Amino acid sequence: MNIFVLMKRTFDTEEKISIAGGKINEDGAEFIINPYDEYAIEEAIQIRDSKGGEVTVVTVGNEEAEKQLRTALAMGADKAVLINIEDDLEDSDQYTTAKILAEYLSDKEPDLIIGGNVAIDGGSGQVGPRVAELLQIPYVTTITKLEIDGSEVTIVRDVEGDSEVIQTSLPLLVTAQQGLNEPRYPSLPGIMKAKKKPLDELELDDLDLEEDDVEAKTKTIEIFLPAEKEAGRVLEGDLSAQVKELVDLLHNEAKVV
Amino acid sequence: MARKVLVLGEVRDGQLRNVSHEAISAAKTVAEGGEVVGVLLGDSVQPLAEELIKNGADKVVVVENEKLAHYTSDGYAQGLLAVIEEEQPQGLIIGHTSLGKDLSPKIASKLHSGLISDVTSIEVTGGNIVFTRPIYSGKAFEKKIVTDGLIFATIRPNNIAPIEKDESRTGEVSTLAVDIKDLRTIIKEVVRKATEGVDLSEAKVVVAGGRGVKSEEGFEPLKELANVLGGAVGASRGACDAEYCDYSLQIGQTGKVVTPDLYIACGISGAIQHLAGMSNSKVIVAINKDPEANIFNVADYGIVGDLFEVVPMLTEEFKKLKVNA
Repeated sequence: MNIFVLMKRTFDTEEKISIAGGKINEDGAEFIINPYDEYAIEEAIQIRDSKGGEVTVVTVGNEEAEKQLRTALAMGADKAVLINIEDDLEDSDQYTTAKILAEYLSDKEPDLIIGGNVAIDGGSGQVGPRVAELLQIPYVTTITKLEIDGSEVTIVRDVEGDSEVIQTSLPLLVTAQQGLNEPRYPSLPGIMKAKKKPLDELELDDLDLEEDDVEAKTKTIEIFLPAEKEAGRVLEGDLSAQVKELVDLLHNEAKVV
Repeated sequence: MARKVLVLGEVRDGQLRNVSHEAISAAKTVAEGGEVVGVLLGDSVQPLAEELIKNGADKVVVVENEKLAHYTSDGYAQGLLAVIEEEQPQGLIIGHTSLGKDLSPKIASKLHSGLISDVTSIEVTGGNIVFTRPIYSGKAFEKKIVTDGLIFATIRPNNIAPIEKDESRTGEVSTLAVDIKDLRTIIKEVVRKATEGVDLSEAKVVVAGGRGVKSEEGFEPLKELANVLGGAVGASRGACDAEYCDYSLQIGQTGKVVTPDLYIACGISGAIQHLAGMSNSKVIVAINKDPEANIFNVADYGIVGDLFEVVPMLTEEFKKLKVNA
């Protein structure tokens, strides 16, 4: 099995967000592998361990993402590829990222491509399905179970709490939902081995892509923080009086029930 | 500039979802006086066409095919792309639901267009249609515009007000025959386990439990409260990790982002990652034993107390309110 994982480097979920110069302030922030992509990496490793083959983790970003790629290698991926767009592109959107990934994958003959169902920063969930469409292979999003038998694939997919059981076949792209597996932590020997595993860096030139080919179709014109929420009222008195007051406030003041 | 804007009407259990009415309202803004065209895909959806018109669509195109009885990305893409080919719209709006999230990137990719996902508000400023959407799960927001091609967006349920329904509105309903073929994914079975009918992302009231709920059984009083309020039950990552409930209920930066009218947090401490998933709710109530819990910093109303005492009392009070209403 030739397995590829689409990975994104994101802010740690415990980070507070601030804005500097009209952009998200990254100074001093902790970065992690997008949590949904961790499920993707874990699933890829498990499939390789049972079916054989190779796991390649790919990201589009800048050289800072090398750290997260090394972590993926330490978890057990075989190869990592960084497509560095920092010098070539000022603006990018999901159209851009999907085009680049699809161009990279177009001659790799993947059997299975796995990504997270959404990145916790941009939150669009577009890149996976877009890549599948560009490669003209089927895709299934938000999966919680994956079984491969030859080229036949059975998938359980989360649909707003319900589950769909889906039959499809390889080659295929899937995106991981929480519950798919329990991602492992890199082991110490894993971390040592990762240092020697191949981590290739490519630029748009290496993919025969011009800037115009991947020019974004959308543009961010402003970033802002939500209005700071003021702490509200903590009720007082005996508990049953508090409960009565709360129901009254929700009904008559907030008018939400 | 007047535009023709298509809206995909999403049908569940034979009914149009609320988000589709909200999508019509969004499409009206994008259309700037142009035509709003509803699209219905399914095996027997024609009767719902009038409903879309009463809710603001100018006309409706219906594609009926037995292969569209259940959503698949291949089937729905073929149906929707056929309508797009026929109508040549300048805009397209779909709900940011499970279906919309799955289908929209495929359509955008096919049309070589951009797509602005998970939009919470739309305005027209300086000749641009400006879309606002949360990033970092609502810790920040961005305003985006389309710079090239189709104006395509998915809208988050519960955020854009629908147009008031007008029973007297009329409009043309047409059908389009589309040959749906080569479906590469087949639905074998649908297992329904969702929270007794009310979908978490569309619920007006969410009652959520955290580690303080202590066990799977501990969610029972929360379910009762949610039932009385016609709401849905959610959970924090702590409660899911401790296996008190299914991950499909998780609210937070990893998990669902919800914006109900009323969010009742029970035994939830208020970690940043959880707040990202619910802090944009209209009214937040916190119930926690620990007066120092961070959740009180975002709550509109708080009760310091044991949720196992407070929640059943609340349920009783709301029942009385319903009886008297």
